[in-house]
Amino acid sequence: VHLTISQSRAASSANHIQPLLVDNAGQFFSSGHTNNWAVLVCTSRFWFNYRHVANTLSVYRSVKRLGIPDSHIVLMLADDMACNHRNPKPATVFSHKNMELNVYGDDVEVDYRGYEVTVENFLRVLTGRLPPSTPRSKRLLSDDRSNILIYLTGHGGNGFLKFQDSEEISNVELADAFEQMWQKRRYNELLFIIDTCQGASMYERFYSPNLMALASSQVGEDSLSHQPDLAIGVHLMDRYTFYLLEFLEDIHPASKTNMNDLFKVCPKSQCVSTPGHRTDLFLRDPGSVLITDFFGSVRKVEITMETINLTDPIKQVEQRKYSYVDQLPVSEIIHQKPKQKDWHPPDGFILGLWTLILLVFFKLYGMKHLKHIF
Amino acid sequence: CLSERRRGQLAALSIAAVVIIVGVPLWWRTTETYRAWLPVNQINELANLQLQLSADVEVVFARGTVTPEQQKKVPTQVVISLCLFCSSPLEADLSLHTLSESPCGSLVVYVIPESSTLLPEDVDVYIGQRRTALLRIGAQMRVGRTLEQLLAHLEPRIKQVLQVMSFSHTDITAALSDRVRLSPGNKESIADSMRAFKSSPGYEITFSLLNPDPKSHRVHWDIEGAVQTYIQPLLTKLAPLANFSIDSQTLYYAMLGVNPRYDSSRSAYTLNSDSLAHVINPVEARLGSNAASSNPVLNFLLYVPDAHHSPLHIHDHKKQEVLSNAFHSPRWGGIMVYNVNGFYGPEAVFPVDININMAKVMGVFLAQLRLLLGVQSSAPPPGFLVAPCSSTGLADWELDRLMWSRTVENVATATTTITSLAQLLDQIGNIVINDNIAQQVSSAVTSLQLAVAELEAGNLGFALQYSKEAILASERAFFDPSLLHLLYFPDDQKFAIYIPLFLPMCVPILLSLLKIVSEARQKRRERQAKKD
Repeated sequence: VHLTISQSRAASSANHIQPLLVDNAGQFFSSGHTNNWAVLVCTSRFWFNYRHVANTLSVYRSVKRLGIPDSHIVLMLADDMACNHRNPKPATVFSHKNMELNVYGDDVEVDYRGYEVTVENFLRVLTGRLPPSTPRSKRLLSDDRSNILIYLTGHGGNGFLKFQDSEEISNVELADAFEQMWQKRRYNELLFIIDTCQGASMYERFYSPNLMALASSQVGEDSLSHQPDLAIGVHLMDRYTFYLLEFLEDIHPASKTNMNDLFKVCPKSQCVSTPGHRTDLFLRDPGSVLITDFFGSVRKVEITMETINLTDPIKQVEQRKYSYVDQLPVSEIIHQKPKQKDWHPPDGFILGLWTLILLVFFKLYGMKHLKHIF
Repeated sequence: CLSERRRGQLAALSIAAVVIIVGVPLWWRTTETYRAWLPVNQINELANLQLQLSADVEVVFARGTVTPEQQKKVPTQVVISLCLFCSSPLEADLSLHTLSESPCGSLVVYVIPESSTLLPEDVDVYIGQRRTALLRIGAQMRVGRTLEQLLAHLEPRIKQVLQVMSFSHTDITAALSDRVRLSPGNKESIADSMRAFKSSPGYEITFSLLNPDPKSHRVHWDIEGAVQTYIQPLLTKLAPLANFSIDSQTLYYAMLGVNPRYDSSRSAYTLNSDSLAHVINPVEARLGSNAASSNPVLNFLLYVPDAHHSPLHIHDHKKQEVLSNAFHSPRWGGIMVYNVNGFYGPEAVFPVDININMAKVMGVFLAQLRLLLGVQSSAPPPGFLVAPCSSTGLADWELDRLMWSRTVENVATATTTITSLAQLLDQIGNIVINDNIAQQVSSAVTSLQLAVAELEAGNLGFALQYSKEAILASERAFFDPSLLHLLYFPDDQKFAIYIPLFLPMCVPILLSLLKIVSEARQKRRERQAKKD
C-alpha cells in the first residue's frame, strides 16, 4: 500500500464536510462531534465587577443544565463574589434583580479561582501546556471530536481583554492559541462568545478553521450592564448575557433551535450596543448547527448488537490484605524536621527601643522632664 | 597638557566608543533568547512523508493443488499434507499452529484443493483465530491449468484475504481521519473512526455498578475475579498497544436520567433508542475519574433497575427488544441493564441478595470494549467464514489490523506535531528553546524515521514500538510548559520599553558628538581661511 502523507495545513479547510445523511440512530453523522467542553472565564476582580462573575455563572448554570458535566467544564472566576465581605447575602450570586435567581447554587465547581486566573493560565489551558502536576479537573482534555464553547467576559478594549486589572490578552495571542489548538486537533468545532466592550475586535484576527464567534458589541461601542440591584448595590448582569440567559432558559436537551436564532439574541433595541458574529471560518452552515451542539452535551449512542460468549469459570482472586502502615508512611510523617519559623526580634526589643527613644528625647531637652515620668 | 575643551571632547568620544563597542553587543547578547539547535532539514523532509506498508504473506500449497511438475517450478513452495479430512476448519487451524508461529504482521495462506470437504459448500475462505487463512481453489481451476493461470487466479483472492486480515486502503485513510477530513466515502469507516478512541499511550477502564434501590436489592458482583478471568487476557494481548489501568466502583441511589415507559403488551418497562442519549449525562456527573492521569477513560456501567421499574428492556428504533440489553456511546463507554426480577418471587423479603452472572455481563462489556478500542466490526465479504472469537476476545489478525492502523495513526500524528512545532518555533522568534525540547524533537525525528523504515520492511512490532516512542517524544516536546509564548511584542511596545532607558543616555552622547563634529568642521574652515 503506497500512501502519501503531506503536510495538511490547508487541506483541512479545503475539504468541505458535506452535511452527511441523518442516520436512524439520531444525527450520528451530522455534527461530527462526540463530546462537549466548555471554558468559561471571568477576568475581572473587585466588588463592583459583580456582574462579570454573575455573567459567567449564569452561562455555567445553563451549560450544566443542558448536560455538560463538571468534568468537562473549566470555570475560571477571577474573584469570589459569593463570599466577598461586601455581599449582603453571602454564598449567593444573583442574576436577576429582586434576587430571583441564585446562579451560585450548591454545586459550583470553580477550577481556577482568584489570582490563578491569569492570561498565562488561560493560554496554558487552551494550548494544553500545563505542568505535569496539574490535576484533571484543571485541564482541557479535548480531542479532535470535541466541540468547545469558550465564553469570556470582563473589561475589554479594541483588540485586548483585561485580566485581573493588571494584564491583558491581545486578539493576536488568542488567534495564535486557537491556531495551536487546531494544529494539535484539540477541537472539532469551537464557539467563541465574548461579552465586553468592543468585543468584536477580539475575533477579528481569527484564522483557524471551524471557529464561530459572537460578541456583544462592535468596535467603538461599549457593552452596557443591565440592572442594578438596590439591596446588593451593584449591577447584576450585563445586557447581552442577560438576554442570552433568557434565550438559553428556553432550550432543553432535545430542542432543535439553531445558531441563527442565537445570532438574533439581544438586538440593538434591547442591548444598546450592536452584537456581532463571525461565521466565515465555520465549515457548516450556521442554520444547521444546533444550540445543543455547543451548549449541551447530547451523546450519540449505538445499540450493542453482538456479545461474546464466555464460558470459562471465574478464577478466584486471592484477597490481598492492606495494612494501614503500608498505605500511610507514618514514620516518615512523625519524624519530619521541624518547620523553620520566621525570625522574630528578641523579646523586649520593642521595649528597649522605646526606652532608647525616650532617653534620647530627654537628653536633648533636659533631664528635668524625666521626673514627670518616674 | 590638554585644554578643558580637548578633555571634554576626549571624554565624549571615549564614552561613545564604550557604548558602541562594549554596550551594544552586551545588550544584544544578554537580551537574546536561548534557542537550541533543531534538525530543521529533517523535519522538512518529514513533511513530505511517503508511507509504504508491506506485510509478509506466505502461501502454502496443500497436496492436491499443484501437480508434481508444477511443484518444482513454484518458487515459494512448502507443500505439506494437511489434515484434509478433519471434521471442522477449526481443528485444522489448530493443528496447523503446531507447525510454526508467524510473527506479528505476517500472514500464512494455505491453499487447499477444491475437492476438500474441510470448508462448507458456499465458503471459499476460512479465517482462523491466529494469522492463518484457508483458501479453496475455485472450480474453474480444475483441469489442465498451468502454473501461471493458477497464480493469476489466486492473486486477487489472496489480495482480498489480505484486505480483510491486514489492512485496506479505507482502513488506513480512516486511521488518518483527524488529519484529513474526507468526504463521506464509507459511512462505516467514518463511524468506526468516530467511535474508537484515538491512539493514546494509556487508557483507564472503570467498571461501575449502579444500584438505585439498595433497599430492595443487595447486589454482589465478583468484579475482581471477572476482570482477571475475562478482561485481563484481552488487555495483556493488547499490551504492545497501550497500558491499561482498571478500577471499579459501586454507586448507590444513582438513577437513570430518563423515565422508562411501561409497555403493557410485554409487561415490562422500555427505554426506546431516542431517550438513550439522555441517560448518560446525569450519571456521568457522579462517576469519578483518576485525577492523576490524563489518559482517556472508558466507562462501563452495569445498571440494576429498581424493584418498581423491573424488568427494564431497551428497544431499538424498530421497537424490537435488544438481546444484549446494552448500548454504548462513541469514545465514552457502555451501559448494560441487568434485570434481576427473575431471581426472586413476589413474596421475597427485601432486601434480596443477588449475585450477578459475571460471564454474561463481561460478554457484553468485552464486545463493547472491542468496539471502543477500534477492532473493526464490519461484516466480512461474502464467501468468507471467520473463526469464532477465542477466549481472549481478540484474534491475532485483528490485533495485527489494530496495530497497523495505530502505527499509521501514530506516525501521522507525530509528524504533524513535529512539523507544526517547528513552524511555530520558527515563526515566533522570542520563544526560548531549551535543550530538553531540542533533544525530544531530535529523538522524535529519529524514531519516526525508524518507524517508517520498519513499516516498509514489514516488521510490525518494531514499527509500532518506534511509532509509540515518536509520539511520546513529540507530545512531550509540543506540550512542554516552557513553550508558552506570552511574548507577543508588537513593535510599538518594544519602542515604548526601550526609549525611556536609552534615550536619556543617548541624547547627551549624540549632542556632544555632534558638537565635536561641528567644531572640527569649523576649525578646518578656519584653517582653510588662514591658508588663503
